[in-house]
Amino acid sequence: MAQGHFRVWRGNAEGGDLVDYDVEVNEGEVVLDVIHRLQATQAGDLAVRWNCKAGKCGSCSAEINGRPRLMCMTRMSVFAPGETVTVTPMRTFPVMKDLVTDVSYNYAKAQEVPAFAPPPGLAPGEYRMAQEDVARSQEFRKCIECFLCQNVCHVIRDHEENKQAYSGPRFLMRIAELDMHPLDSLDRKRSAQDDHGLGYCNITKCCTEVCPEGIKITDNGLIPLKERVVDRKFDPLGVLKQKLTRR
Amino acid sequence: MDQLEKHSYDVLIIGAGGSGLRAAIAAHEAGLRVAIICKSLFGKAHTVMAEGGVAAAMGNRNPHDNWRVHFRDTMRGGKFLNNWRMAELHAKESPDRVWELETYGALFDRTKDGKISQRNFGGHEYPRLAHVGDRTGLELIRTMQQKIVSLQQDDARRAGMPSGAHDGRLKVFAELTVTELLLTPSGAVSGAFGYWRETGRFVVFKAPAVIIATGGIGKSFKVTSNSWECTGDGMGLALRAGSTLLNMEFVQFHPTGMVWPPSVKGILVTEGVRGDGGVLRNSEGKRFMFDYVPDVFRAQYAETEDEADRWYDDPDHNKRTPDLLPRDEVARAINAEVKAGRGSPHGGVFLDIASRLPKDEILRRLPSMTHQFKELADVDITAEPMEVGPTCHYVMGGIEVDADTAAAARVPGLFSCGEAAGGMHGSNRLGGNSLSDLLVFGRRAGEGAAAYVKALQGSYPVVPQVQVNECMQTALAPLERADGESPYVVHQELQQVMNDLVGIIRRADEIQHALDVLEKLNERSRHLAASGPRDFNPGWHLALDLRNMLLIAECIARAALLREESRGGHTRDDYPAMSEEWRKVNLICSLSADGRSVEVVKQEMPPMRGDLMALFSVEELKKYFTPEELQHLPAEDRTDVERKVEVS
Ligand SMILES: Cc1cc2nc3c(=O)[nH]c(=O)nc-3n(C[C@H](O)[C@H](O)[C@H](O)COP(=O)(O)OP(=O)(O)OC[C@H]3O[C@@H](n4cnc5c(N)ncnc54)[C@H](O)[C@@H]3O)c2cc1C
Ligand code: SF4
Ligand code: SF4
Ligand code: FES
Repeated sequence: MAQGHFRVWRGNAEGGDLVDYDVEVNEGEVVLDVIHRLQATQAGDLAVRWNCKAGKCGSCSAEINGRPRLMCMTRMSVFAPGETVTVTPMRTFPVMKDLVTDVSYNYAKAQEVPAFAPPPGLAPGEYRMAQEDVARSQEFRKCIECFLCQNVCHVIRDHEENKQAYSGPRFLMRIAELDMHPLDSLDRKRSAQDDHGLGYCNITKCCTEVCPEGIKITDNGLIPLKERVVDRKFDPLGVLKQKLTRR
Repeated sequence: MDQLEKHSYDVLIIGAGGSGLRAAIAAHEAGLRVAIICKSLFGKAHTVMAEGGVAAAMGNRNPHDNWRVHFRDTMRGGKFLNNWRMAELHAKESPDRVWELETYGALFDRTKDGKISQRNFGGHEYPRLAHVGDRTGLELIRTMQQKIVSLQQDDARRAGMPSGAHDGRLKVFAELTVTELLLTPSGAVSGAFGYWRETGRFVVFKAPAVIIATGGIGKSFKVTSNSWECTGDGMGLALRAGSTLLNMEFVQFHPTGMVWPPSVKGILVTEGVRGDGGVLRNSEGKRFMFDYVPDVFRAQYAETEDEADRWYDDPDHNKRTPDLLPRDEVARAINAEVKAGRGSPHGGVFLDIASRLPKDEILRRLPSMTHQFKELADVDITAEPMEVGPTCHYVMGGIEVDADTAAAARVPGLFSCGEAAGGMHGSNRLGGNSLSDLLVFGRRAGEGAAAYVKALQGSYPVVPQVQVNECMQTALAPLERADGESPYVVHQELQQVMNDLVGIIRRADEIQHALDVLEKLNERSRHLAASGPRDFNPGWHLALDLRNMLLIAECIARAALLREESRGGHTRDDYPAMSEEWRKVNLICSLSADGRSVEVVKQEMPPMRGDLMALFSVEELKKYFTPEELQHLPAEDRTDVERKVEVS
C-alpha cells in the first residue's frame, strides 16, 4: 500500500477547478479504483461514469495526465512513483459534472446513419457469409463507444462549429462498416461525403492512436472509404445503382 | 416541491439490456408507444459484458442438435427445477431469435459453409453457442441498439421527415433511475417514478403496462462479475408493488473469475476458454475435474484425459471433458481443491490454454481475454496459465412470471423478462442460455404487454398524486439528513456478509447469522446520509440502490435457510444431498403486510407435461423425481426410440 497524489477536475457546466487529493493506492489497481476510493472516503458526490470495470462498456473515458484513456484500463503502475495523476473530463464534450460529460452529440450522429438494409429476398436463417468477408466489418463492431476517438479528433476537438457537418471517426467508421457488410443493400459512399463530412478528415490518425480496442479506424475504415468515394465519382454505372438503391 | 416532469406511454420498459431492448422492439412492432428507461447510457447495460455466446439449437456444427436436445440439457443443468414450459419455449424459439438478429445487422462468426458458427460450452451436448469472438454481448446490445435507431428512422420516414430519427413512438430515457412503481387503488400498474441521474430531478411515467428488465443482483456480493447496475432494483420494485419472487436461493457462482490482482478479483474469464480446449489444473498440475464428476452426470463425461482430448475433434464417438461440467459442479470442485491446499498462489486454481492451442489460435478465438489478462494482470495467456476462482455471476431466481406472456404474479399490468425474471434456469443456468433467454422472453414480454394494453381499449389507469408525494419524500430523505450512515460503508458490509455467509457453500447457523447482520444493516440503512448536491451524486444514488440490495439479500438468505437440500446454485453443507421432495417445491418470497420483512412460502410446482417427460429415460428421471411422480410413465426407455427418429 502506498499514498498517491491525485488532481481531479471538480465542477459543472458553470465552471470548476482541479482539486488535490492524497489517497491510498494498492498493488495492481487502476485509476478507476482510486477514483472509487475517493468517492467512498473523501468525496461521496464525485461524479464519474463506469459500468463494467473491465474495458468492455466504454463508459469511463477521461483524460489522464492529458491523454484520453479508459480509467478502468489504466494501471497505476504506468505512473512513476510519486507522480501526480491528473484526471479531467473529455474536452470535446460539454461538462455536466466532474468527470461526466454530455455525450449526446454521439447519439444524435448515430441516429443519422441509415440503418443496415437487409438484402431483399433472403429469409432469416438464409444468410450465408464467409468469415473473411465479415471479418472486415467485425473489426469495426468491436467498438465499445467510448468516444475517445471523437474526443481526440481535431476537426471537432476545438471546433464546435464543425459538429453540425461532421460525424467524427466513430460514425464514419460505422458507415464504412455497413458499406463493407457483405449483405447490406444500400450504397453509402455519397452520403459519407455529403451528409457526414468525410472530407473534413485529413488522416492524422489521432483517433486510431487512442482507440482502446486497437481498431485501425483510419487505415482500415476511413481511408478505404475515401478511396471508394473517389472510385464512385468516376463510375457512372455505380452512380446509377446508387440512385436506384438509395431510399 | 419540484416541478414534476411527466410522460405518458402505452408500455414502459425498465432496463435497456438485451431483454429490455428485445421487448421494446416487440412492443413497438405491435403498434404501441414505448419508453425504455435505463440507469446508464444507451448501449452500456450489463449485457454488453457477455462473452461466450448465445445458445440456440440451429445445428450448424452438428446436425443432430435440435430443440429437444437443448431442452434436455437445460433441464439437466437446472437439475429439473426449471419452469419446464419456459425451458420448452426457450429451446424451441431461440434459433429464430438468433437468425432474426442477422436481419438487424448482427455479424456472428461463420462456419466454413458461411452459416453462423457455434461453439462448445458447459452442459451443452453439441456446439451450440453462436458467438462473435469473446464479445457476443457487445454484438447483441449494439445490434439491438441499432435496430431501435432503425425503427426510429422508419417512424421518421412515416412522419414525412426526409432523414434522421423520430422518437415519438419509441424513446430511450438514459441515465434515469426508477425508484418505485405506481399502482391504482386496486393494485394494477399505473406507471413508475424515478429521477434523472444527471440533475436529480424527478419524473413520473404514466403507463398501463410496465416490463421489468432490470437484470441481476451481483452487487450484493463482494466478489462478482457484475456491473454496478446489478443491484436487484427490478426485483425490489416488484416486491414492493405486491408481486412475488421465485427461488431466490439459487445464485450462480461462475467457476472462473480472475483472482489477482485484488482490484480485478471477480472479473469474468469466459467459459469459452474451456469450450475451446482450456483445462483446469491444481498446484500439482493435475486435471482435477476428473475426480469431481457426480453420479447424475457420469454417463455423459469422459473418464480419461485421452478420451476427453479426443472429444474436441470427434464428439460423436467420445465423451466430453469434465472441465465442461455445469458451472455449479466446477465452482464447487475449485472450492474444494483450494480448501485442500492444492490451489494457486493467490487462492484460485490454474486455467491452462497456453499449452493446448497455438498462440495464433488463442489470439483469434479469445482476443478480449488475452487483452484483459495482459492489461490488468500482466499475464500472457498464450504463454502461461491463468489463475481463476469462483465469482458471483448470475441469479437463477427472480420475479415469478407466466411462461407464455411474461406477466408477473399478482400485479395486473406488470411483466418481467431477462435475468430479473425467475424460473427458466431452475437451480443452475447453462452458459449461453441467458442471452437466448433475453431474446425469447424479451420478445414474449413485449407482446404480452402489448396484448394486455390492447385489451384495455384505451381506458388507462390514473396516477394517484399521494403515491408520487411519498416517492419524492423517500427519495430525498438521504440528502436531507445532515449526518448519518455512509452508504458506501453499509454497502461494503453487505457485500462482505453475503460473500462470507451466503456464498457458494452454506450452513444453517451461518445463514442465520447473516440474517441477524442484515437486520442490523437494514436498521442502519434507515439513516443513510448522502452529502452534496442533487446533480449526479453517486453517494445519493447508492443510498437509493441499497434499499433494493438489502431487500434482495434478505430474500436470498431466507430462502437459502428454508431449502434443506443441495441443488445447483444452492449448496448446503448441512444438507449435502439433492432431495426428490424438494424438487417439487418452489420457494416464493413476498413482502409482509407492513412492508418491513420478507416472507417465504413453499409452492408446489405443476407436474411436467408427459411429452416432455418422455424426452428423458426413466432411469434418468428416477434420479430426480419421486416414485409417485413417475408412476404414470411407461416403463420402456422412450429416449432411445426418439433418438433413432432424430438421427434417421
Ligand atoms: C462478464 C459476464 C459474461 C457473461 N457472458 C454470458 C454469455 O456468454 N452468455 C450468456 O448467455 N450470458 C452471459 N452472461 C449473463 C448475461 O450477460 C446476463 O444475464 C444478461 O445480460 C442480463 O440481461 P438483462 O437484459 O436481463 O439485463 P442487463 O443487461 O443487466 O440490463 C439491466 C438494465 O436495467 C437497467 N436498470 C436496472 N435497474 C434500473 C432502475 N432502477 N431504473 C432504470 N433502469 C434500471 C440497467 O440500467 C440496464 O439497462 C454474462 C454475464 C457476465 C457478467
Ligand atoms: S484521422 Fe480523421 S477522423 Fe481520425 S482524428 Fe484524424 S481527422 Fe479525425
Ligand atoms: S472506435 Fe475505438 S475509440 Fe472510437 S468509440 Fe469505438 S472503441 Fe472508442
Ligand atoms: S468501466 Fe467499462 S470500460 Fe471502463
